[in-house]
Amino acid sequence: MKQRAITVLNALAVFAAFLLLWQMILWIFRVPFYMLPSPWAVVKAVAARFPSLLNALAITAEESAGGLAASITVGLCVALVFAQFRWVRKMLLPYTLLLQTVPIIAIAPLIIMWMHAGIAAVSVIAFIISLAPIIANTTQGLISVDENLVNLFLMHKASSRQLLFKLRLPHAVPDLFVGIRVASGIAVIGAIVGELFAGSGRVGEGGLGYSILYASSQMQTDYMFALVLAAIVLGFSFLFLVMFLEWHFLHRWHESARAPE
Amino acid sequence: MSAGDSVPEIDITGLRKQYGNAPAVLESVNLTVAKREFITLLGPSGCGKSTILKLIAGLTAPNAGTIRVDGMTPLNARETMSFVFQDATLLPWRTVTQNIALGLELERVEAARREREVAGLLELVGLKHVAQSYPRELSGGMKMRVSIARALATSPRLMLLDEPFAALDEMTRDRLNEEILRLRAEQNWTAVFVTHSVPEAVFLSDRIIVLAPNPGRIHAEFHVELPGPRNSAVRNSPEFDAIASRVAHSLRETLRQ
Repeated sequence: MKQRAITVLNALAVFAAFLLLWQMILWIFRVPFYMLPSPWAVVKAVAARFPSLLNALAITAEESAGGLAASITVGLCVALVFAQFRWVRKMLLPYTLLLQTVPIIAIAPLIIMWMHAGIAAVSVIAFIISLAPIIANTTQGLISVDENLVNLFLMHKASSRQLLFKLRLPHAVPDLFVGIRVASGIAVIGAIVGELFAGSGRVGEGGLGYSILYASSQMQTDYMFALVLAAIVLGFSFLFLVMFLEWHFLHRWHESARAPE
Repeated sequence: MSAGDSVPEIDITGLRKQYGNAPAVLESVNLTVAKREFITLLGPSGCGKSTILKLIAGLTAPNAGTIRVDGMTPLNARETMSFVFQDATLLPWRTVTQNIALGLELERVEAARREREVAGLLELVGLKHVAQSYPRELSGGMKMRVSIARALATSPRLMLLDEPFAALDEMTRDRLNEEILRLRAEQNWTAVFVTHSVPEAVFLSDRIIVLAPNPGRIHAEFHVELPGPRNSAVRNSPEFDAIASRVAHSLRETLRQ
C-alpha cells in the first residue's frame, strides 16, 4: 500500500514538473499562443468544448473498437485454420507478415474509393492495421504446445477437434491476449490516422483525427492539444481494459498474468 | 475384451528403432511381460528406454519387429493403457479435479460417472484438500500425484511410467514409490516403469531389465525377490542391498563397453 502511494506520488511529481517546464518555455521564449498554448489554455479549451470533444472521442472509440473486434474475430479464426492445416499455414503465414508492413497511409485512399468515407471506412482501416499481431501471436500459441501434452491426448484417443479446443486453444489464450494488447494500441492509431484520410465531416461523424485536421486548419492550437489529450486517454483506456480482461481470465492459472498496475 | 491370462500383456520380438539415417536407437529387443507384472527398464541415458515405452504406446512406430499388447497392436490396445510422463504434464488452466477428469472426458464418459470416479481417485491419492487448486499452486510431488491419478482414472490394465519421479527430491520419491505399489496392489495393473535409479528399480519391480546403449539393447535381467511386504523397512534389508549391488554392477558394465 505504501509502495503504491509512493509510485502515485512519483508519477504526479513528474507530471507537475512537465507542466512547469512547459509553462517556463512559454515564459522564457515568448512562444506565441497559436504555436503553443499554455497548459491552462488547454484545460480551458477542454472545458469550453467538452461536448464536441466527447463526441469526437466517442466516434473514434467506436471506430477503433469496431476494427479491433473484427480483427480479434477474424484473426482468431485465421489462426485456428493455420493451426489445424499445416499446408495452409505454410502457404499463407508469410502474407500475414506482409499485412503488417502495408503502409496504411498508402491504402487509405483505396478504401475511400471502395467505400464511402465515414465510420465504416475508418473501422476497416483500424481492422487491417491491427489484424497481423493477433494472427501471429495466436498462431504461435496454438502450435507451440508441449509434445508430451499432445501425446497424452493421443493416448486417450482425442479427436483433432478435441486437440484443438481442449488443448491448443486454451494454451493459446495468453498469446491471444498479447496479440490483443498490441492490436488495441495500433487500432486506435489506425482509427485516428484513418480519419485524417477517410474521416467524414458530416454531423456526428467527425472523430478525433478529423477534428485535429479541422482545428489545425482553423489555427485552434489549444483545441488541437485538447484533442491529442483525448486520443491519449482513449489509447490508455483501451490498454487498461485489455489488461483488466487479461488479468480477469488468466490470473488464476497463468504465471505472467498480473494485476493492471 | 481382455484375452485370457495365458496371453502376455506385452510381447515384443526383434524390435529395431532408428530415426532417419542416424544409428539405431534400439536393436533386436525381445521382451515379454506377463499380466500383473511390474517390470522396470533401467539404463544409462541414450539406451532407448523411453523409446521402448513410446513404441508400446504406439506413439512412434518400429522400423522392424512386432509389438503386441494383450494380443493387439499398440494402437488398438490404447484404451487399455495409460502413460505417465516425466513431467506432470498437467493442463495449467484446469483445476486438479478437472485435470484428473481429462482422460475420461476425452473418452466421452458421461459426467455423472466422471464425477464419481474422480471423487474416488482424489480420496485414493490424498488430494481431496487441493481438489479445486490449480497446478501452479502445487508442489512437484503433488503435481505427480495428480498426473498418476489422471492416468488411473481411465482404469488402465497397463501403466507406462516414463521416469515419473526423476525430478523429485528423494523423500518425496520414496513416498510416491510406496504409494505406487499400494495403488497397484488395489487395482492389479501391469506396469512398465522407466528409471535410472537402482534403488527405485529394486524397490518397485518384480523384474528389472538392464539396457545398454549404442545401440540400445537388453543387457541383463534380474528377478527381484524381497522378504516381506515392500515398505520402507525393506530398503534396509540385506537382501535389498544384495540385489541393488548386483544391479548396479550390471549397470556399470553397460558403460564400460
